[in-house]
Amino acid sequence: MLELVDLSHTYGSYRAIDRVNLKVAQGEVVCIVGPSGCGKSTLLRSIAGLIKPTGGNVLLDGRPVDGSPENLAVVFQDYSRSLYPWMSALANVGLPLRRRGLDKKRREAAAMAALEQVGLAGAAAKFPWEMSGGMQQRVSIARALAYQPKLLLMDEPFGSVDAQTREELEDLTLRVCAHHGMTILLITHDVDESVYVGDRVVVLSKAPGTVVGDLPVQLPGPRDQIHTRELDAFVRLRAEVGRLVRGMTPHRNGVETR
Amino acid sequence: MRRATSGVLRFWIVPVTLVLWELLTRMAGSPFFPPPSRIAGQFYDMWLSGPVSQLLLTDSALDTFGPSLGRLLAGWTIAGVLGIALGVALGRIRGLADYTDPVLQFLRALPPPLLVPIFFVLFKVGTPTQLAVIVFGVIWPVLVNTTDGVRAVDKGFLETARVFQFSRYDILRRVILPSAMPKIFAGLRLSLSLALILMVVSELVGSNSGIGYSLLYAQQSYDYAGVWAHIVLLGVLGLLFNALFLVAEGRVLSWHANARRNV
Repeated sequence: MLELVDLSHTYGSYRAIDRVNLKVAQGEVVCIVGPSGCGKSTLLRSIAGLIKPTGGNVLLDGRPVDGSPENLAVVFQDYSRSLYPWMSALANVGLPLRRRGLDKKRREAAAMAALEQVGLAGAAAKFPWEMSGGMQQRVSIARALAYQPKLLLMDEPFGSVDAQTREELEDLTLRVCAHHGMTILLITHDVDESVYVGDRVVVLSKAPGTVVGDLPVQLPGPRDQIHTRELDAFVRLRAEVGRLVRGMTPHRNGVETR
Repeated sequence: MRRATSGVLRFWIVPVTLVLWELLTRMAGSPFFPPPSRIAGQFYDMWLSGPVSQLLLTDSALDTFGPSLGRLLAGWTIAGVLGIALGVALGRIRGLADYTDPVLQFLRALPPPLLVPIFFVLFKVGTPTQLAVIVFGVIWPVLVNTTDGVRAVDKGFLETARVFQFSRYDILRRVILPSAMPKIFAGLRLSLSLALILMVVSELVGSNSGIGYSLLYAQQSYDYAGVWAHIVLLGVLGLLFNALFLVAEGRVLSWHANARRNV
């Protein structure tokens, strides 16, 4: 459903991403992982229509995207700059639904249902500044769920929360996307996270970022923070992705070459 | 407990000042500086000796305060609405501020009282002129602060609005304006105290009603206790308006105070 064709972006003379090609199928969860400064965010912002790529195309369902595409939601890393502090959680989640032509009652019902799915039904009337970081990011996820996008972009969504909350949110994401059949593109610098969450892990090289690895993740579901992470397949894949991220040539015989 | 004590301590200063003032003015015995007890007496006779049905206000108080407060609030409201509207336009429409800046800076530098003769020619003598003076004088803090506020909206807030494809109206009404509201309120508060000053000034120059006119009348009748009573009245009004404004601000901007406290 999403296709990137030779997507490139240059800031002045700095090439952030260079000819990225990627195809994402409907319902797939694809993690993009790469070292810091590899243009991950540039890639996501190009797809979201927040910047205009200087080269190449973004195709959604075969049609080139110009500006912010319809039916797309983003969960940003910095929830404090994405949730509006002058609105309650419920109002924040319901706000994007105004475009969907729903009346107030139905908007609130949909927002409430989404908050329930992320376990925040009791905090609907709270304001963002009354919540912990993890709760705020749950509200962001609820906002994306209520919007029912075809494509969900997540930009280091769990980068600003503590490790325990991070695991909870990873599981929450897996659970709700299985439930909604949503296509997700998740960007992270965390190798473990990419393997744990993704159906597929795409590795970007250092800037100018380009695809250096595209690995299917074949782990039995449903995934579990303890058991999945101790599986041989998980450990092997994590090492593989780790090597690619560090710019080493992948080698399956245990001998690494630089 | 400690807060209560500090409140009592703070209010000690009021009676102490009054007693000192009373002693000094009695010793000096100057007709231009009547003691506060006489000022209070005059204040009471002029304005506070009315019937209970009028909240003790005399007819003279109602006739004097009514027009003044009406002009003050009307002028401030008009300036607020115009200032916010123009400020949003200047802050959001790229290039507009660059074109209009020299003209605005010029207009802003003009002391509003000097424009009274021109407003006399443009409008009729009386309320329209006074309103014009107030609006022209107090629009600037609102305008400048609104422009600043809408320019400083966090990029993250706007990007979220773009991704979720908010309508232009929703972006303005639900993202930009609330985000700029703390600055807009700071401007409105400044304007309110300016409006009180300009209200009096405009009534001193060309008016036959209101507090300013009444002040002038007392002065011309050599009623110095009366003049001082007017000064006290203006001080009390200023305090009152500020207090009311802070209550309103506290309600509208509670999210802002709390959000900052929790960061």
